Amino acid sequence: MSQTWIILGATSTIAKIFARKVSERGESVILAGRDMDELYRSAADCLNRGAPSAQAVAFDARSLDSFDAAFDLAEATEGAISAAVFVGSMPPQEDMDADTRLIEGVVTDSFTGPAAFLTRLAPLMETRKSGTIVGVGSVAGDRGRLGNYIYGAAKAGFHTYLSGLRNRLGRSGVHVVTVKPGTVDTAMTWGMDGLPFLAPPEKIADDILRAVDKKKNTLYTPIIWWPVMTVIKSIPEGIFKKLKI
Amino acid sequence: MRWKDSTYTGWGRVHRATGPLARPERASALQAITAEEPAPAIGMCRSYGDASLVNEGRAIDMTRLDRVLEFDAETGVIHVEAGAQIGNLLAAFAPRGWLPPVMPGTGFATVGGGIAMDVHGKNHHHAGSFGQHILELTLMTPDGLKVVTPEGDETLFKATVGGLGQTGPILSAKFALLKAKGDVMVVTERRVDNWDHFITLLDGCDATYCVGWIDATARGDALGRGILEEGETGGGLVKAAKRGKKIPFNAPGFALSPPIVRAFNKAYWRRVPEAGRTSVKPIDDFFFPLDKIHDWNKLYGKKGFHQFQCVVPLNKVNALRDMLVHIANSGLASPLAVLKRMGPGRGGYMSFPMEGYTLAVDFRNRSAAVKLIQRLEDMTVDAGGRIYFAKDALATSKHIEAMYPDLETWRTEVQKIDPDAAYATDLTRRLKLREAT
Repeated sequence: MSQTWIILGATSTIAKIFARKVSERGESVILAGRDMDELYRSAADCLNRGAPSAQAVAFDARSLDSFDAAFDLAEATEGAISAAVFVGSMPPQEDMDADTRLIEGVVTDSFTGPAAFLTRLAPLMETRKSGTIVGVGSVAGDRGRLGNYIYGAAKAGFHTYLSGLRNRLGRSGVHVVTVKPGTVDTAMTWGMDGLPFLAPPEKIADDILRAVDKKKNTLYTPIIWWPVMTVIKSIPEGIFKKLKI
Repeated sequence: MRWKDSTYTGWGRVHRATGPLARPERASALQAITAEEPAPAIGMCRSYGDASLVNEGRAIDMTRLDRVLEFDAETGVIHVEAGAQIGNLLAAFAPRGWLPPVMPGTGFATVGGGIAMDVHGKNHHHAGSFGQHILELTLMTPDGLKVVTPEGDETLFKATVGGLGQTGPILSAKFALLKAKGDVMVVTERRVDNWDHFITLLDGCDATYCVGWIDATARGDALGRGILEEGETGGGLVKAAKRGKKIPFNAPGFALSPPIVRAFNKAYWRRVPEAGRTSVKPIDDFFFPLDKIHDWNKLYGKKGFHQFQCVVPLNKVNALRDMLVHIANSGLASPLAVLKRMGPGRGGYMSFPMEGYTLAVDFRNRSAAVKLIQRLEDMTVDAGGRIYFAKDALATSKHIEAMYPDLETWRTEVQKIDPDAAYATDLTRRLKLREAT
């Protein structure tokens, strides 16, 4: 059966590589994002690497009106439809402390925007009784930390949303994978010092694809983040509040 | 953050550079950088010396811009972003029956780097250099995109091909892939007894791909012995070997000491039966044998290594033999040594190839090897040959003009597009390539 991936935030580097990999498997893609020139370049790449069809569509997580075009394209496809969400934004915590108007954008990009789109897509996937949703969260969503707790809170909200969505869609044969990457070597982290276990985006995309195939519920990638976050989550709050990690 | 303070090295790990690197992930990000603060582009830093280094200056890492923008399955014409690695293109297109027209010794080299060095491959005698296959390239200039074709702007094209990045970052390039019979190689290996035998075989070799491994430690009657490899593409199923092994540490100095290298080379030579043999190999094993081990350059230890590569005209074959005598007598060579006959094909003013014989030998970095390489460079100049900028880490400016007669033409053309030498690299500074004489 033909398979089409709608990829939100498709200009992110992990998304680009993920789109390329599903294309090489012969699956189609709809690339949604803001930078159209960039989306066209990536869509061409997907097409030339084996995707039967690759389309680019404007999508802005902060504008509900912009969802129609992407949704219509998804609806018009035949066969199984899957979705992968790579949108999110992470301004430095200090910037948000200084200008609280930034908070809303971060929460919209990382949580409510994608949630609104996926909730709208859900009935379509339920009707087709197949497909996978990949939601990219973050290890930052596992516990609120001094360094980036607003971004973390938005991702935590997204994780909880995905867990509920999995509970709902599992009944219709649609699988939901929650992805929790650690720090990844992309433009977002370029020039930041002392990042632990910095992983190449290629590795994250490979791990996601494997998790999709194996129908994993939650993926920590690279896997080292699973024990690390297990320890961090188990620290009693009384101690954790004094730590700086 | 756009710029990241970084320390990086050439493949030989002798030279290193410290400076801010940008790594744009979008074409628009590259445009913004070039418009505000033009800087030279670098790729995978597979040049051995300092061609991809900019110490105390900015450079743009192009490796994240690697998409295939167009591919015509009828003609094989492909348009790719310059950060694409040639080995990745091979992996993506060989199963569909298409090969990059020219492949250097490592698949990690980028398309942009391949143009800037006008690289050649095992098929140079038939196919010419990589730059000769380029139909169109797109430069990212401070004023925006500039499309350059060999017909439309011949001088700028020839200044860019083999031009060491001095005409600015290449965003993308168009060239035709070659139709292949399949994605495996049929390889014939033959033992070569000595130098004269080698030259005779190379002169008579008509295979599509042809390269010689030479034992640069053998002396006397065995001088110049080696193995000649001839390859053709073929169809069939051969499982690719697992690649990407890593060297976790720097090897100690004795790992490549003369007795060990001599013994290794002898065994390696004997591995091929006296009567020769033909076998079927995965395509990347033939083209990129060393890529199997991800960072084999660490085998040479902390101090790094040099590769000497020169080409001399056909009628100076004896000068090349003299060089090999020097190398063999020194006992300094590593097992990695290559001999090949080149055709006349070259794409730019500063391209390396000339019709003749090319010899490439690796040496662990130490003072005796440095002296030997300088001697070999002098011998190259005397023979009317030239050394390869992609490999060089030691040359000085004095011989460059003799080796590269189009230097002045190139310099004038580059000066037009980059008057402030914003794209200068450690190599162009060391060899004073951008300074008018």
